[in-house]
Amino acid sequence: MVSFSGLLPVMVLLPFIGALMPGLMIRAGRNACATFTAIPTILALVFLGSMAPDVWNGGTVMFRFDWLPGLGLGWNFMLDGLGLLFAGMILGVGLLVILYARFYLSPDDPMGQFFTFLLLFQGAMLGIVVSDNILLLLVFWELTSLSSFLLIGYWKHLPEGRQGARMALTVTGGGGLAMIAGMLMLGQIAGSYDLSVILQHGDEIRASDMYLPALILILIGAFTKSAQFPFHFWLPHAMAAPTPVSAYLHSATMVKAGIFLMARMWPALAGTPEWFWIVTTVGLVTMVLGAVIALFKDDLKALLAYSTVSHLGLLTMLLGYGTKMAAVVAVFHILNHLTFKAALFMSAGIVDHETHTRDIKRLGGLAKLMPITALVAVTAALSMAGIPPLNGFISKEMMLEEAAHTYWFGGDWPIIALATFGALMSVAYSLRFIAHTFFGPVRDDYPSHPHDPPAGMLISPGLLTLAVVAIGLAPGLLAEPLVRVAAAAVTGGELPDFHLKLWHGVTPALYMSAVAVAGGLLAMLAHRPLDRAWIAAPRPEAKAIFDRVMAAVARASQVVTDAMHNGAISRYLGIFTLATVLLGWAAWQGGGLPAPTREMLPVPPLVGVGFVLLLVATASVVAMHHTRFRALILVSVVGLMVAFGFVYLSAPDLAMTQITVDTVTTLLLLIALHFLPKETPAESPALLRLRDGAIALAAGAGVAFLAYTFLVRDVSTISDYHLANSYIGGGGDNVVNVILVDFRGYDTYGEIIVLGIAGIIMFALMEGLLTGSSSRKLRNWHFPEDVSRDRHPLMMVVVTRMMMPIAALVGVYIFLRGHNMPGGGFVAGLVFSIALLMQYMASGFGWTMARKTIEYHAMIGFGVVIAGLTGMGAWLAGQPFLTSAFGYFQVWPFEKFELATASLFDLGVFLTVLGAVMLMLYSLSRLARYAGETVNVEPMDYDPSARIADARAEDEKGLER
Amino acid sequence: MELIVAVSIGALTAAGIYLMLRLRVFPVIMGLTLLSYATNVFLFASGRLAVGAPPVLMDGVDSYSDPLPQALVLTAIVISFGMTAVLVLVALGATVEAGSDKVNAPRKEAAK
Repeated sequence: MVSFSGLLPVMVLLPFIGALMPGLMIRAGRNACATFTAIPTILALVFLGSMAPDVWNGGTVMFRFDWLPGLGLGWNFMLDGLGLLFAGMILGVGLLVILYARFYLSPDDPMGQFFTFLLLFQGAMLGIVVSDNILLLLVFWELTSLSSFLLIGYWKHLPEGRQGARMALTVTGGGGLAMIAGMLMLGQIAGSYDLSVILQHGDEIRASDMYLPALILILIGAFTKSAQFPFHFWLPHAMAAPTPVSAYLHSATMVKAGIFLMARMWPALAGTPEWFWIVTTVGLVTMVLGAVIALFKDDLKALLAYSTVSHLGLLTMLLGYGTKMAAVVAVFHILNHLTFKAALFMSAGIVDHETHTRDIKRLGGLAKLMPITALVAVTAALSMAGIPPLNGFISKEMMLEEAAHTYWFGGDWPIIALATFGALMSVAYSLRFIAHTFFGPVRDDYPSHPHDPPAGMLISPGLLTLAVVAIGLAPGLLAEPLVRVAAAAVTGGELPDFHLKLWHGVTPALYMSAVAVAGGLLAMLAHRPLDRAWIAAPRPEAKAIFDRVMAAVARASQVVTDAMHNGAISRYLGIFTLATVLLGWAAWQGGGLPAPTREMLPVPPLVGVGFVLLLVATASVVAMHHTRFRALILVSVVGLMVAFGFVYLSAPDLAMTQITVDTVTTLLLLIALHFLPKETPAESPALLRLRDGAIALAAGAGVAFLAYTFLVRDVSTISDYHLANSYIGGGGDNVVNVILVDFRGYDTYGEIIVLGIAGIIMFALMEGLLTGSSSRKLRNWHFPEDVSRDRHPLMMVVVTRMMMPIAALVGVYIFLRGHNMPGGGFVAGLVFSIALLMQYMASGFGWTMARKTIEYHAMIGFGVVIAGLTGMGAWLAGQPFLTSAFGYFQVWPFEKFELATASLFDLGVFLTVLGAVMLMLYSLSRLARYAGETVNVEPMDYDPSARIADARAEDEKGLER
Repeated sequence: MELIVAVSIGALTAAGIYLMLRLRVFPVIMGLTLLSYATNVFLFASGRLAVGAPPVLMDGVDSYSDPLPQALVLTAIVISFGMTAVLVLVALGATVEAGSDKVNAPRKEAAK
């Protein structure tokens, strides 16, 4: 036999992939859009159909694909009877809703968006019902919350839509969070996150200490999703959505997800007193409460919404009983509720569409004006009331039968009374829906004159109503096989002996039913006085409470956020530093430090002097940081000492980089200082300075101690590999450089890109600054008067120009020797940029810019591209990215020399560094020029040759005279 | 020598953090520079100290200092320059825009 299990994930993904289509197809028209929404749904249905026979014969279709096996998360799907029932409902009703929505949505509504949301939601639902892995199930669960948010808030111009969507997301999303915790506990107990395993371990789970918390948390998730009391209030507010959404979410899908979950978990969780008490009680309360409120709602959709709440309560109650027969009834009623409720929502939508109102008090007599709609709606509503021979009657009878022998709160009579009362109210609101909308005199004040809608809108509710009647007449033939398969999955195998049939004989349930119908009729007839009493009675308004709670939560989080993030960045830093120090201290408390293994190196006097210099300079920076220029110079002294340290400690490459970078940094800061205040005012109180000093000293001491601790102990290092292979594999003697351009070339490639981006960021920031709101301030910038008149001294100009070729030569030399001696692309780039910067400083910005031929942006780009192409060149040789090659060549009259692709890569590094550094300084200096600083066009402020020429001209004039 | 290096790192860190806790932009940049020095030396020191043994291969020499931290620190120096530069420009922009180079946001008024 062919296995179709591979189709399972495809079926789930189809709606997600299909969700891309409507947004595109809407350009081809509304019909095309709806068609292309229907296609993935139909395909998924076909796939489901091809897998159905397996399930039908009692099998389970499984698909496994590990995703994060370490976390127990996998793309594991399972299709059993229950999944089949729900998947069929989701896709079948989905198809009907797509058809209905095509005609329901007005041309003003963005239909592509609607169908995209709908398909996303459909996929998420489908994922829930066929997930085998509960973590995967949680992912889909949250996806339904999110996509239903989009659907409910589809009419985003309506405040009710937005509020309803937010409320639904808050409640169901919050419940989802609780459920995550519950599911994780469940997985812990069962030792697996796979449902197929969990369901086998029911006894262990029920016996576990964590059973109750896990149960409560999972039930919160299910109750919020299925709108059970006290979380029921979001469902009526979700009615602000377009009717197709209501018909889909509140009959077949969203709210049934909670029911599905309870049914799914039934073998693992049900059957304990805790389960019975919580689930049955909540279900019963919800059923009665929903039914009572439904009777007093004047909005057609609100009435249906509360009736949905009531029926969900009924289902929850049935699952709560914990008996197998009750589970069978629940499964059957899930099917029946879907058929009549979807039809009713669609009918209500048609009424709304035609009359432009859903207010029952403004309706009536529609049976004469729109007979087909009336026929459909009345039949479905009668089924909802539980009138024979419709399907609602059968499942209601079976429900009452189960209720009749359930012991709850001291006997079986409380549940009999309440269940009958619920059924009675159900009859009452159903009859009111029928009588006050479709019967009575025809009015002449409908907001719009109604008539039957186009056939397209009627097909979907019509088909559903046909199912209502057909299942009612021949339940054993049409529904029983499916119910058996699905119920077997719920109960975990064995089923009680039952047959679905219309006539059960004269049973207690029949009496209860009769009482309910008679009482319901009376309640409907007495609606007017009851309604007045209802309106007069005080009752809590869920939305107001919800809004108050939300406002309080928002205020609280505002207070916390303001307290935590008060904008004092230095405080964050202080707290962060202190926390780090404390963590380090705590780690040190753990102990386990081995004895020192390294002898300390001696300190020669010269190094001692450098050390003292470093300490003095550092202390001076702190002491004198108020005078900024001085602080800057002192910092560069520190940098110089650090560089000396690198030289002494066998790191020549680092020393070169440090010195060149320091030079560039100092220049940069000098330019910046031009625009900043020259002094830092002494504004910190002594206490604050003391506190900061303490924090800083603690951190410094901690770091020093840490450094000392590891410095006197040996370490095992991977560098031996680098040392051993540098020449053999990388063709270079300078191991640091070979690491940069070869062993860890990928890192370097990333780093030059970061540097290039930093340069471009600076350019962009400056562009924004110069064109933004602060440009006027800059235009009027006031420079201090105490600037030198001789900004470009003659000596400096001459010397830097002479230096330029020499500096460039040094740069080339450092670049070329980099592979074998200290140096390389980074240092060479920096040396080159210093050479160029000297020209800027000496001869002025305008003069230098006029002689520049390559844009710095381009230089960054070329650098990255050259490095990248070099890396890709390795592909041509069939090697991985950035594998280097090298060889030795001899060309007369030179000595034998080496050529390595790594040098080409280093060239890329060089260009990027040069471009980035220059672009940064260029950007900064633009600020000065924009602010009105003059630029010398002449290379020198004082040009003696010009003066001599002037003097000569004077003389000549004088002679002529 | 080890002690000297450790104390230097500590002093640079302490000075850097103290300056970064100041209320104006410029000391913060200075502090960041000092802290970068400290971090770079710290990382470099994690390869342990050696005198007269630069990691440049030579015939007859088989003891070298650890090249890997050096390579990492080399790029770190360059990147921290880039970071400082961006920070400087951000600070400059903020100063020009706000008219002052204070680090912290002005204290918020009571809500609404």
